[in-house]
Amino acid sequence: MHNPQLNRTGDLIHLLSIEGLPQPVITQILDTAASFMEVSARDVKKVPLLRGKSVFNLFFENSTRTRTTFEIAAKRLSADVINLDINRSSTAKGETLLDTIDNLCAMHANLFVVRHASSGAPYLIAEHLQRIGRDDVHVINAGDGRHAHPTQGLLDMYTIRHYKKDFTRLRVAVVGDILHSRVARSDIQALNTLGVPEVRAIGPETLLPKHLDRLGVQVFHDMNEGLRDCDVIIMLRLQNERMAGALLPSAGEYFRHYGLTPQKLALAKPDAIVMHPGPMNRGVEIHSTVADGPQAVILPQVTFGIAVRMAVMSIVAGN
Amino acid sequence: MPPLPSPLPDAEFQCRQLADLIRPHLHRRPALIGIFSGGAWIAERLRALLDLPENIGLIDVSFYRDDFAAKGLHPQVKPTVIPFDVEGRHLILVDDVLYTGRTTRAALNELFDYGRPASVALAVLADRGGRELPIGPAYCVWDVTLNAGESLELGRLDDGRLAWRLANA
Repeated sequence: MHNPQLNRTGDLIHLLSIEGLPQPVITQILDTAASFMEVSARDVKKVPLLRGKSVFNLFFENSTRTRTTFEIAAKRLSADVINLDINRSSTAKGETLLDTIDNLCAMHANLFVVRHASSGAPYLIAEHLQRIGRDDVHVINAGDGRHAHPTQGLLDMYTIRHYKKDFTRLRVAVVGDILHSRVARSDIQALNTLGVPEVRAIGPETLLPKHLDRLGVQVFHDMNEGLRDCDVIIMLRLQNERMAGALLPSAGEYFRHYGLTPQKLALAKPDAIVMHPGPMNRGVEIHSTVADGPQAVILPQVTFGIAVRMAVMSIVAGN
Repeated sequence: MPPLPSPLPDAEFQCRQLADLIRPHLHRRPALIGIFSGGAWIAERLRALLDLPENIGLIDVSFYRDDFAAKGLHPQVKPTVIPFDVEGRHLILVDDVLYTGRTTRAALNELFDYGRPASVALAVLADRGGRELPIGPAYCVWDVTLNAGESLELGRLDDGRLAWRLANA
């Protein structure tokens, strides 16, 4: 299958999805991120790698946290960062996505960070750039529809590796609204590529996609059963609109069955870590005692996310 | 410069020679920083030979290289670790081979992002000439001439000893 993320020699030129990324590429990103962690700990949190380059944050869908971490990452690499609030600009006046891209290329953009409600929008941009011969311009997917959120997947893998070292003997549970979650999709693909032997999906039937078993995932509807002896628990955010869509009875009901409480956490291994991509709904998918407890690594995830985004940006911009 | 001797000199013996050159200046309480990977091994040797109490610093200049635009990011970047405050310190930057001087420049730029050292001196086992920047070693034990396309590489043998290898591009 044509994989527009990699060039002819197999180097990463865009990051569009975890799917199709060879294991050595993922490992290279995680290793490079480890070196950038050290940069973020210095007084001068900056390296000159992307000096003179322009990074455009194109957020067609709101996300303050993801946009901010991409912005910090680009600034720590010495790039110039331009944030475009697309909803309020040309798109609203009827300009097509690719016309917007052409205009920004004419302003000498080097890298686009794209968040879009439509699955596949970053692919469309990457293929367009290839068609017009702009192999010097790179695209990073910051979340597209229900499809993928590859930098979140990578930072989750960084977090797991940081605390657990070895992927090949782990039991990892992903809990919640997997059906609508691009994070879950990216996580499951990355866990498979990195050789995690047991990946579990826990959630109500209405929020789990069909055919999860084809991805090598074990499905559990009973959270107590699913969490047993897990090393890593990845909680997903429950989006309020799911309740309106009648997929769930109520937030309280959801919490009773699928909220991570201290009692349920006790079923996992004693040294299990609890992750969440944020923003958290306390009392809906996670109990505050767990969110603020010693096993939660939710804030370190945010810190690791900056280093991972620095790694991805510097690798694609250099290829 | 003299031509390349055969066999190549003993790198472990050269480390002892390099330590002898540095020893008269220990009253300045220098801190050692080795450039990955060869320089890091040599700095470890120097620390032991000079009986220095402090851990050495390790520097990977990949994020500061001037050929990033042409070559991209090095596939195996190691974290830079400077376990002491460089502010006001006399630093000795250690590398295996000095050639164009570009790696040294990148290391200097990186070091200065950690603070303002009192001084930085360069210590190398080999100087092969071919400088493209105004950079010179304060301590060097071997001036060597290589043919175009040749390069000297410091490696570690199975028993842990350091040894030179001549590579052809």
